[in-house]
Parts: sequence; C-alpha cells; structure tokens
Amino acid sequence: MERESMEFDVVIVGGGPSGLAAAIRLKQLAAASNSDVSVCVLEKASEIGGHILSGAVIEPRALEELFPDWKDRGAPLKTPAADDRFLLLSEKRSFRLPTPPQMHNKGNYIASLGNVCRWLAEQAEELEVEVYPGFAAAEVLYDESGAVKGVATGDMGLTADGTQGPSFERGIELHAHQTIFAEGCRGSLTKEVSERFELRVDAEPQVYGIGIKELWEIDSANFVSGQITHTAGWPMKSDTYGGSWMYHFEDNLVSIGFVVGLNYSNPFLSPFEEMQRFKTHPVIRDVLKGGRRISYGARAISAGGFQSIPKLAFPGGMLVGDTAGFLNLPKIKGSHTAMKSGITAAESVYSSLEDCRTKKKEVTDYGNNLKKTWLWEELYRVRNIKPAFHWGLFPAMLYSAVDTYLFRGKAPWTFKHRPDHTSLKLAADCKPIDYPKPDGVLTFDKLSSVFLSNTNHQEGQPVHLTLKDSTVPARVNHQLYAGLEERYCPAGVYEYVQDDDGTRLQINAQNCVHCKTCDIKDPTQNIHWVTPEGGGGPNYPNM
Amino acid sequence: MKILVAVKRAIDYNVKARPKSDGSGVELANVKMSMNPFDEIAVEEAIRIQEAEATTETVAVSIGVKQCQETLRTAMAMGVDRGILVETEEDVQPLAVAQALKAIVDKEQPDLVLLGKQAIDDDSNQVGQMLSALLGWSQGTFACGVELKGNSLVSVRREVDGGIQTLDLKMPAVITSDLRLNEPRYVKLPNIMKAKKKQLDTFTPDELGVDLASRIKVLTVSEPPVREGGVKVEDVNQLIDKLRNQAKVI
Ligand SMILES: Cc1cc2nc3c(=O)[nH]c(=O)nc-3n(C[C@H](O)[C@H](O)[C@H](O)COP(=O)(O)OP(=O)(O)OC[C@H]3O[C@@H](n4cnc5c(N)ncnc54)[C@H](O)[C@@H]3O)c2cc1C
Ligand code: SF4
Repeated sequence: MERESMEFDVVIVGGGPSGLAAAIRLKQLAAASNSDVSVCVLEKASEIGGHILSGAVIEPRALEELFPDWKDRGAPLKTPAADDRFLLLSEKRSFRLPTPPQMHNKGNYIASLGNVCRWLAEQAEELEVEVYPGFAAAEVLYDESGAVKGVATGDMGLTADGTQGPSFERGIELHAHQTIFAEGCRGSLTKEVSERFELRVDAEPQVYGIGIKELWEIDSANFVSGQITHTAGWPMKSDTYGGSWMYHFEDNLVSIGFVVGLNYSNPFLSPFEEMQRFKTHPVIRDVLKGGRRISYGARAISAGGFQSIPKLAFPGGMLVGDTAGFLNLPKIKGSHTAMKSGITAAESVYSSLEDCRTKKKEVTDYGNNLKKTWLWEELYRVRNIKPAFHWGLFPAMLYSAVDTYLFRGKAPWTFKHRPDHTSLKLAADCKPIDYPKPDGVLTFDKLSSVFLSNTNHQEGQPVHLTLKDSTVPARVNHQLYAGLEERYCPAGVYEYVQDDDGTRLQINAQNCVHCKTCDIKDPTQNIHWVTPEGGGGPNYPNM
Repeated sequence: MKILVAVKRAIDYNVKARPKSDGSGVELANVKMSMNPFDEIAVEEAIRIQEAEATTETVAVSIGVKQCQETLRTAMAMGVDRGILVETEEDVQPLAVAQALKAIVDKEQPDLVLLGKQAIDDDSNQVGQMLSALLGWSQGTFACGVELKGNSLVSVRREVDGGIQTLDLKMPAVITSDLRLNEPRYVKLPNIMKAKKKQLDTFTPDELGVDLASRIKVLTVSEPPVREGGVKVEDVNQLIDKLRNQAKVI
C-alpha cells in the first residue's frame, strides 16, 4: 500500500531538548533573515515530555543562548541549586567528601526536564514548528544515491502477527532536505544509520548506565529547597560503577535515583533492586519518611563521553544530543550539551540550506563548528573519569582526583571502552544476590512501580522487543546467565515461564518504559528494540 | 443533516489519577489530558454518519479552559468540520455543561447531538440526559448502534441489563455513546495539519447568556483505603474462628 508523503526542509526525530533546540534555532535564523524554513518534529510519546526522564540539575548555558530572555518567557526552571553534598556511603554510615569540581552547581537549576521540554515545545509552536507527538519515526528512507531522504512514521493498527487490523492506518513518509536524529540515548534509527554510514569506525564503543528514578512528595519538615546530594559506594560493590542523586525542588518534591553502569558483570544484579535497597540507607530513608512516591521510571544514559562520539554528519542527516553521546558523566548532565549540539546543528544546516535544497548533503560543517564550542572542550576534559572505574571504586576515585586536580582533564592519554554486553560473567561463576523484600512504604516491587510510569501500549500490536533468534533466550540467556533480562529490565517486561515445551521467554511488551537497556545489555545482542505504535510507552508527568 | 458532538478534555485514561496533597481535588499539574474516550467514540460515530451521507455537517463543542482547543483540534483532525469552544475557567458541573450545550444547540439547530455516555474523570453520566430534558428532545443513551432511518427517525441500539434494547427516536435527538459503539480511528498526520486551518469559534458564557457557576461543593478528595494483605489460614477451624471473632461476619 502506497504511503502519503509530506515535504519539509528539516525533519527532526525526537522532541527532547536537543531536537526542540534545533527546531527553535532553525526558525529563529529564518525569522532573522526574513526567510522561511519548514521544520517538523516527530515524537513517539503521546505528548511532548511524556518520555523524558532526567535528574535534573540543569545548567542554563545553552538555554541562555537559545532564549536570552528565558526567565521572562516563563521557562520552568524555578529552583536554584543550593547546598551541594557528595557522600560516600557504607551500609549504615555516610562520609562527606569534597564535592568534585565538575559537580559544583552554582548558577544551575533543579527542574523536571520533561516540563522544560513541554515549555520548549510551546516556544517552538509559536515559531511555527510543526510538532507532532504520538508519531514514532519507524523507518529511515533513502534516495537513489543512498542518502537519507527522510523518515516514515510507523503503521498504526497492526495486529500481533503483523497483518492489518480493522482500524489500520498506513504510516506517512516525511521527506526532508536534512533529517536530524535527536532520539536520545541509544536511538533506534540512529543505530541503523550508524551502521549504514559507518559512523562509529573511528570512535570507541558507546557505553551506558541505567538510571532508575522515583519522584517523591515529601514532608515539608524534611524539605530543603535546592539541596543536591550525590552518593557513591553502598549498595554497589566497589567493582561496579554506580551512584545516586537526590534533588529537592519546587513544592516539596524530591527527585531521587540510582545509576548503575551497564558494564556490570554479575548477571544476578538488578538495578531496580539496588535502587530499592539504596533508599533504606538512613541518609535517604529519613528524608522520604512520611512522604509518598508519585512517579517512577527508568532510562539509559550514554556514558562513553568524548572518545565515543561518532561521526556526526552523513549524506542527508546528522546526529544531535544523547544519541550522539554528548553527556558529561562526572557532572551527570547532558541536557545543556544536548541543546548546544541541537543549536549548532541548526546553525550549520541553515547556513548551507540552499545547497541542501538542491542536493542531499553531508553537513560536515556541523562537526567542525561543534569542535569550536564549549561543549567539545567540556567533554574533552572529563574523558578519562568513567573508564577509570573499571579498576574499582577507590582507585578510580583516586584517579579522578589526580586527573581533575592535577591534570585538570588535560592528561596526555585517553582511556578505551569495551561494549557493555561483553562484560558479563557466567552465572555459574557468580553469586546470586539476596535482595530484601519490599515494604510497600519506602521500597516497592516492580509491578506497582511500573504502574506509576503510566505506561501503556495499544493491545494486540506486534511486539516491539524483537528477537533476531527466538531460541537464544532459553538456550543462552537462561542457561548461561540465569535469565538476566528478568533483572535488568526495570519494568518487568521479560519473564521466563515453564510450560510443556520447557523454559520459554515471555515478553510483556505493554509494560516497556522505553529505557533501551535490553537493546544494550543483551549478551549476544539478540534483542532489537524497535518503535512501537506511536503514542505508546510511558506517560511521565514531570520526570 | 447537521450533527453536534460534545467533547470533554479529561485526564488521559493511561494516567493514574492522584488526589492533591491537601485533598482539595485531583492533581492536574503537568498531567496528560486528552479527549474523554467516550466522546472520541461519539466523534467517530458522527464522522461515520458524515462519510455515509456526504451532505452532513459535523460540529464539535467543548466547554472549559482555553486548552480545550486542543481537544477540538483532535476532533477536527479525526474529521469533524469545525469547532466551538465555550471558554471558562470555572469548574463546570453537569447541569452547567448541559445548559451551555443547549445554548449552542439553539444557535446551531442540529438534527442530532452526540455525546459520550459519561466522562472518565467524574463519571457523572448526566449531561446527555439533562440536555435532552432541557431541549425536550428524545434521548437514546448507552448506544451501541446508531442507524438513520430516513430524515426524521434514528434507530438506537442500547446496552441494557440483560440484553440490547432497540429504540426508534424522532429527530432531533440526543444520543450518548457506550464503549462498543465503534472503534475510533487513528488520527492521520496530514489531517492534524489540516485541522489547524479549520474554523474554531470561541464564546464566553456571558455571550451565550448562561450561568456556569458550580452548585455542588467538593469537600474533599482522597485515595481509596489501601487494601490490607490477606493471611493464609491453617485449617477450616481457624477460618471459622477468624470469620466469627475477627471479621465478625458469621
Ligand atoms: C537517569 C538520568 C539522569 C540525568 N540527570 C541529568 C541531570 O541532572 N542534568 C542534566 O543536564 N542531564 C541529565 N541527564 C541527561 C539528560 O537527560 C540527557 O542528556 C538529555 O535528555 C538528552 O536530550 P536528547 O534530546 O538528546 O534526548 P532525550 O531527552 O532522550 O529525548 C529524545 C526524545 O526523542 C524521542 N524519540 C526517540 N526515538 C524516537 C523515534 N524513533 N521517533 C520519535 N521519537 C523518538 C524520545 O521519546 C524522547 O522524547 C540524565 C539522564 C538520565 C537518564
Ligand atoms: S523491555 Fe527493554 S526498553 Fe523496555 S523497559 Fe525493559 S529493558 Fe527497558
């Protein structure tokens, strides 16, 4: 069945900070030179912000460049960062360490990045950007020369076996002179173009963490507006990269979360359970006491930094934001770099728009321009910090200190990464981990947690967690790694069940919160995450 | 033929509603809102009638805050011809909605008014019935089938306890949709763009001469009590003992 098509100058895949910043800058440039550029943003969430999950302490540097008057425009950055603590935890105690310089937050704000995106989308719409939430870009389209010529939205109303249901609606082709991929960490279409255009050949592999987040409304007696706490240490063993954040903001809200490096080796580890256990530490428990949990979610985070940045432009398209890996890990911040890369991409496209309109062009200027910005400098300086954690927590902290204070990030070497899925040990060589039972007040089970993510997928559609080989889960993952996907998935999507034919992997796809961890950590890279029907997935209110 | 469909902006059905911490209402800040699912079914039915009878005009009406425009745009992207917003910051209750709709009906003179049987936020299930009373029109509520019979009759199949009842209503009439009336279509991307250009008129309650003030006061909104976990009993004797002495039901 033929697809309808629509034409734009620029199509942007993903309505996060990077995509929206790019859209806004394009329109601003056109307005300044009294010309026109047509821009469309596709977002798979049912509304802008619905799939955004972040800390978030936000550095307003890039926002300032986009809208010098962001305060007057009512940007939802209301809580200035205040008291800043870095704690090393043992099971019962905590030790305050000097806050590493990258973690200083003076001038920053604590906010919900989802709400910032909602606000950015309003600004974009005022500038006449076409913003389309509820539509996933499911397919990359190429022209006869092999260049990207746009994307297609997914078909709606397919049944589980891929045939057309009663309300079937064919997807739409969006053709563009440039397609900007702004899908966030581990973008599904980015994965395809990265292979096709060999964007990663000169880069180190990307490495990731998974962040589990809860939003709490706490007793006002425990609330310290603007307080920022980061912790390292317990409950992580010193050989696993992990740490937490806790931010007090707005009216008695606390954003609390735990990040586990996905290069962990013990298949029995459960990031979800680590987060639950972490909350029982006195430092945290006392703050949450008397409060109620109002939201839950999870999202992968790109941690490779500088050495993992791929080639950024290719014929007809480019990568911006976290899908290109512009996250500053020691700072755990990526929203400012995401926006900065979006702005720079927009400026680079705009200055060669005439060329782009005649031929699908590779905007090489983008990479060159980005190298001249503060973003590049910032990521270069911190490039050695995360890899050092391969050595374990204490040597790494020592190294971080030396690297940061002594060399100020300019050490004459750069560490290498290895892909996260290769770091697993066999279950037989590891000890199972005995996690405490949830109490339903401070700690919870997975299902009641997923419930708070408001996730949903239209029933009866094809499963969007696809397996290259359907025998691998039982044969490899279950046999060798004790069915690790049951534990790393923060939403209880994967479940091994016993039936007459033996052990079988059941995939409860409707629970998926689009964190992308399975796509990253599956030991044989057998799981391939594709976009479900548009509008499916979590409905985060203010994460 | 002209059809008016009423659409409400309500908390999205995927969102787990949560009372505000002071109990004054349901938390709506940053919560996803969308068209009440029963209204979506009513919209779909109106468009299907229009598709079968090309001369039909369809108009969507919403009563509420400015953002209800988005709900009207969704109806227009589905296929409705134009939209009317009665804009108010007031927390509108069923009678007020019915009165505002009556004022629009007086203006527009439709042959049919389609509504959802109820909104999933307050579950009142009153507006359609009240509107029919205010207008003195026939009503077919909980419709699971709608069929036009010539220019003056519409046949409505209703879901009632124990079966299906079929009514022939004289037009003009009010019909409220039940879940199984139809399956609403997906909105197509190009139609969203087209919907932005369709006509949308806004009225204030004053302009329509209606008073939307609340007549019911909400005292408090709270979460249902948490269910306590069950216990396992050892044997029948213990069960009887617990039923008698602890639960006091026998
Ligand atoms: C746990 C955690 C904590 C963090 N804490 C902080 C912090 O405190 N401060 C900070 O500055 N940064 C923080 N970050 C990083 C920050 O959130 C990211 O760097 C930032 O969100 C990246 O922006 P982006 O636009 O690249 O991608 P995203 O914000 O991920 O947005 C991508 C958007 O694209 C959509 N999308 C993806 N694929 C498709 C598709 N195929 N079709 C349609 N839509 C699609 C997604 O639904 C999403 O809405 C944190 C991240 C995590 C995970
Ligand atoms: S199925 Fe994969 S992407 Fe979805 S929640 Fe689980 S790990 Fe994350």
